[in-house]
Amino acid sequence: MPDPVLETRGLTIRFGGHVAVDHVSCAFMPGELTAIVGPNGAGKTTYFNIISGQLPASEGNVLLRGEDITRLPASERTRRGIGRAFQLTNLFPALSVFENVRLAVQAKAGRGMRFLSMASAHRSLAARAEAVLEEVRLTRLAGQPVSALSHGDQRKLEVALLIALEPSVFMFDEPTAGMSVDEAPVVLDLIARLKAEGGHTILLVEHKLSVIRSLADRIIVLHNGALAADGPPAEVMASAVVQEAYLGQELADV
Amino acid sequence: MNILSGNRPGALPLTLLLIVVVGCLALAPFLFPGTRALDTAAKICIFILLAASYDLTLGYGGIVSFAHTMFFGLGAYGVALMLDHLGRGWLPMIGGAAAGAAAAAALAFVIALFSLRVRAIFFAMITLAVASAMAVLVSQLSGLTGGEDGLNYQIPRELTPAFRIGKLFDVTVNGKILNYYLVFAGCTVLFLLLLRIVSSPFGRVLEAIRENDFRAEAIGYPVLRYRAAATCISAAVAALAGALYAIWLRYVGPGTTLSMEIMIDILLMVVIGGMGTMYGAILGATLFVLAQTYLQDLMGAGAEALSAVPLAARLLDPDRWLLWLGVLFILSVYFFPTGVVGRLRAMAARSARST
Ligand SMILES: Nc1ncnc2c1ncn2[C@@H]1O[C@H](COP(=O)(O)OP(=O)(O)O)[C@@H](O)[C@H]1O
Ligand SMILES: [Mg+2]
Repeated sequence: MPDPVLETRGLTIRFGGHVAVDHVSCAFMPGELTAIVGPNGAGKTTYFNIISGQLPASEGNVLLRGEDITRLPASERTRRGIGRAFQLTNLFPALSVFENVRLAVQAKAGRGMRFLSMASAHRSLAARAEAVLEEVRLTRLAGQPVSALSHGDQRKLEVALLIALEPSVFMFDEPTAGMSVDEAPVVLDLIARLKAEGGHTILLVEHKLSVIRSLADRIIVLHNGALAADGPPAEVMASAVVQEAYLGQELADV
Repeated sequence: MNILSGNRPGALPLTLLLIVVVGCLALAPFLFPGTRALDTAAKICIFILLAASYDLTLGYGGIVSFAHTMFFGLGAYGVALMLDHLGRGWLPMIGGAAAGAAAAAALAFVIALFSLRVRAIFFAMITLAVASAMAVLVSQLSGLTGGEDGLNYQIPRELTPAFRIGKLFDVTVNGKILNYYLVFAGCTVLFLLLLRIVSSPFGRVLEAIRENDFRAEAIGYPVLRYRAAATCISAAVAALAGALYAIWLRYVGPGTTLSMEIMIDILLMVVIGGMGTMYGAILGATLFVLAQTYLQDLMGAGAEALSAVPLAARLLDPDRWLLWLGVLFILSVYFFPTGVVGRLRAMAARSARST
C-alpha cells in the first residue's frame, strides 16, 4: 500500500465550548477521490479550513507526505501542494476574470516577488491562464471584472483558480452548489478528468448522490464534527449511520 | 513607451492633462521665472513623488500608514545631518540620502513585522505612535537636530544661485536651476520606478491583497511578506523625496517634514487624485500645492473685487483660505469619490461605449 499524501490525526477544533471538528483521523491516498458528506453544520468546511490552514487546529495534526504541516501558514501549505476551492465564492472582485486566474498561475510559478519586470511580459503565465480559462469555458468572459459575472460563472472561476495552482491535493467544497443544471457538468466533467489523469488526491464535499456514485472511490461521513463512517461508496451509503446523519435531509438524488 | 506599458493613463483627457502638468514642470524655470514659482514647482515635484509612494501602500496595498512623513523626514534629516556635521559636499549629501532611505526602509520593516501580523487598524495605530515619538525625539535632541528650529546647512556650490552658467531664453541659468533639475530628474526617475513596480508581478499581488487578502494568502502569497515589502519600498522612496526636499530648501525642521499636517496633506493628495492609480498622485499633488500656495492670493483679489458686497468680501478675506481649502476638499471627495483620475477614466469609458 502506498503512503498517504494527506493525513489528519485526531484533528480537532473548538469554538468556545462547541467542538466543530472532533478528533478526525483519516488518510488520503494518491489517485483517490474521497467524497465527504454530512448534513449542513457537520463540520465539512471547517475540516477543510484546518487542513488548508485557514483555521488553526485546537488539537491533532495535519500531515502532507508524512511531514507535519499543522503550524504552517495557508500560503506555505498551498506552495507545498494543498489546493482549495471555497464553498462561498471567494475571488478578487474588482479584477478581471483573466487576472484572477493569472494571479493563481503566477503564485504557482513563484514569481510574485519580481519587482522590475512587467507582469504582462511573463507570457508563459498568461498562456497558462488562458488555457485554464478554456478548461472551465470562461474564455469569452476573460476581460470582465468578477463582479459582473453570474453566480454560476463565479463558481467556475473559483474552480479555475484551484486548477491553476496545479496542486497535488485538490479540495472542492460543494463546487456546483447553486449552479444551474446545464452549468454544473462543466465543473463535474473537469473533476472527472482530473480523476482520470490519475495521481491527484481529490477531496470533494458534495450532496448530490448521483455525483458521488459516479465519481467517488470512497466516502467519509462527518456527523457533529466526528467521523461517522468511512468506506467504499456502496457500503457507506447503505449503512445505518448515513441514514441517520441525513435524517430529514436526504442526500439529494438528482 | 515601454516603461508605461500595461499601465497607461487610460483616457485621452487624462493623458493630455498629465502631459500639460509634466511639461510645465519640466520647463518650469523658463515658463515661470521667479523664486516663488520655482519653489512651488519643486515642491510639486517632491510631493508628487511623496504622494505616489504613499499610493503604493494605501492605494495598491490597502495599508493605512500615518508614518509616511516620518520616512520623508528621515531622508531629509539624513541629508541635513550629514551636510551639517560633515560639511558641504556631494558625498555627504548622497551619503545622507542613502542613509536616510536605508534607515526608513529598516524602520518600516520592523514596524511591518511587528504590527501587520495583527490587524490593519493596529498597523495604523502603531505608525501613528512611532511617528509621534519620532517627532518628539527630533525636537528633544536639539543638539543634534536643531530641535524645533531645525537645521540650516550648505549644499554643494553647483546647486546654489551663486553658481552661474549663462543665459538661455533670457533666463539666467544658475545653480538654483540645476538644483531644480536635480529635483525634477530625481522625482521623475523614482516615479517611473514606482509605476514599474505597480505593473510588475509584485504590484499585481499587492492589488490582489487589497482586493481579498484572505484569498491571496490561500493561493500561496504570504500576505505579511508582501505588505512588509511594499511598506519598505514606499518608505525608502518617501525618504528619497525628503532628501530632495532637504537639498532644495537647504533647511529642514519638524514643520517642513515631520508634521502630522503634512501627513494629512499627503492623504488628501492621494484621495483627491485617485487611489491605486499612481497618476492620481501627479494631479492630486499639483492641485493641492497650487491651492495651498495661490489660493490666498486669489482670494485677496476676489475680496478686493467684491469689497462693495459686505458679506462676500468678508468670506473671501485671505485669512479664510484654510476654510475654503477645506470646502474644496470636501466637495472634491464628494463629487470624485474615485479621485480625479477615476472620474476621467470613467468619463472616457462612458463616451467610448456610447460611440
Ligand atoms: N469561525 C467559526 N467560529 C465559530 N463557529 C464556527 C466557525 N466556523 C464554523 N463554525 C461552526 O462549526 C460548525 C460546522 O460548520 P461547517 O464546517 O461550515 O459545516 P458544513 O460545512 O459541514 O456545513 C457549525 O456549527 C458552525 O457554526
Ligand atoms: Mg460547508
